Amino acid sequence: METSALALLKKPWVLITLLVLLFLPFSTSNIHFHHVLIMFMLFATLSQAWNVIGGFAGQVSFGHATFFGIGAYAALVLLKRFDLSPWVGMLIGGGVAVIVAVLIGYPVFRLKGHYFAISTFAVAEIAERLFANWDFVEGAIGLPAPVLPEGLVNFMWYKTKMPYFYIAFILFVAVLLLAYKINRSRLGFYLRAIKQSHEAAEGLGIDTSKYKVIAMMISAFLTAICGSFYAQYILFIDPPSVLSLDISIKIVLITVLGGAGTVIGPILGAAILIPLSEYSRILLGGTGKGVDLIVFGALILIISVYQPQGVVGFFRKIGK
Amino acid sequence: MDLDILLQILVSGLLMGLIFALIAVGLTLIWGVMDILNFAHGEFLMLAMFFSFWMFSLWAIDPLWSLPVTVALLFAIGVGTYYFIIKKVLNAPGLTALLATFGLSILIKNLAQFFWTPDFRQVQGAILGDKTLSIFNLNVSLPELIAACGSALITYVVYYLIFRTKTGRAIRAAALDRDTALLMGINIDRIYALTFGLGGACVGVAGALLMNFYYVFPSVGGLFTILAFVTVALGGFGNITGAFYAGILIGVVETAGGVFISPVFKYTIVFAMYLVIISIRPKGLFGW
Repeated sequence: METSALALLKKPWVLITLLVLLFLPFSTSNIHFHHVLIMFMLFATLSQAWNVIGGFAGQVSFGHATFFGIGAYAALVLLKRFDLSPWVGMLIGGGVAVIVAVLIGYPVFRLKGHYFAISTFAVAEIAERLFANWDFVEGAIGLPAPVLPEGLVNFMWYKTKMPYFYIAFILFVAVLLLAYKINRSRLGFYLRAIKQSHEAAEGLGIDTSKYKVIAMMISAFLTAICGSFYAQYILFIDPPSVLSLDISIKIVLITVLGGAGTVIGPILGAAILIPLSEYSRILLGGTGKGVDLIVFGALILIISVYQPQGVVGFFRKIGK
Repeated sequence: MDLDILLQILVSGLLMGLIFALIAVGLTLIWGVMDILNFAHGEFLMLAMFFSFWMFSLWAIDPLWSLPVTVALLFAIGVGTYYFIIKKVLNAPGLTALLATFGLSILIKNLAQFFWTPDFRQVQGAILGDKTLSIFNLNVSLPELIAACGSALITYVVYYLIFRTKTGRAIRAAALDRDTALLMGINIDRIYALTFGLGGACVGVAGALLMNFYYVFPSVGGLFTILAFVTVALGGFGNITGAFYAGILIGVVETAGGVFISPVFKYTIVFAMYLVIISIRPKGLFGW
């Protein structure tokens, strides 16, 4: 089996799709459209990261906002308090997320199924509350980015979204290739074995705890990187916007909607859900009555009831 | 003096805990029988509270008298949810049911916000009102006391229904092994609908009783959903007795944490306690 990740890029339809995506922002100067593209790539990447532990290994986490928040706070807090470049903050955030993943992972991975899922809930709720009451990171007030000259060093631009688009694109492609690689590697097979039968995997001599923790570390690191990107893109963070259950759930929804456990699933899910939620917010959110969320909830409900196999299942059906 | 405070904490915690327990029992029933995470459970509770509120403010029917109507409505909502949504995703792989109930929860919450605005509302001048009982040095608010007693009673009724009646035996059979139960001539479809209805009825009772002293707003369900999930996991999935004791424990820990540490961190302490207990007992307090 071809194991080089770059093999994916040799497939014509993948290459064409990526090139189209790369040149899409030039088709218009509409700022909303650029924003939707960036959010699409950000959430596709987040879901791809979640998919490593939640999809491949079948360990459903409702706590990924914790890693996202750690990344976001690492970038802005270090920039504000110690004048560290957000790029360094991004790496530190990733490192901290990995440590947290290990610390949580070992005790929590002994738990099966729902017990695991509820524990990730609990961890995320604790993290949000701690950040909301931590004065060093401005608690519930939130943390605005300091106003610095724009450019790559400070990771901020004010007039255009294009640099953010390119960074998100690089992140998106890199994580896509990584997920493709993991899916076809020994690790990927181990994780799928764990998903299908924990006991059988152990019986075959797979150290299930070890591989689950490895998957969680990869997932946490990538999620934190996305968090740093988000903080530098929005330039303001507070606990509800980066640590809340809503973020965790959104990541899970996208992956499940697209098809959990597949590499294409998170991308399909994000391609449907993100434009839906962003445009309904842009078009209907102004009423202040939550019409956008009514539409959003109804559509999730309809898709899940009429397309229970995920969007991937729908395409497979057509393919046959 | 110190003993009085301790006793007061225990009693207040117990009262709130009994209500948590009833909400969790509704959830654990659905979970245990159908293996479905109902994310809309808290939204059902919110609906029950709003029904209760509107019957009071539109037609001046006290939440206590409208309780049977609220329960019937919630039972119907539960059954309807099963037939129109859950039934269609029951055989879908993995997380589809979760997706569906989550969509439902977003939909209900925002419809409530659309029609009823995000304002906080409270029932004022109900029969139970703001009355407080003082026994020795203990202060117990009457609506909380009634809510707790009512919750305990209904929890027992559900327990009796599941473990002492023929229908209950059918529900337990369906939970144990769906296919075998089907072969034994049990109408699985009806049992599932009944289970979802019962889950709804439980929050119907809890919502109507809560309305006597709690405020309602469209996103009130969120916290209750998470607390109910934690309660259910703490007691062991599908374990009604477990959910009952776990609910009480959570109520007491929440109250004690609020007094001794800080009201800001009372739920943080509950979640931390859950993590500690679950790492020692990976299948909950009463799991096997």
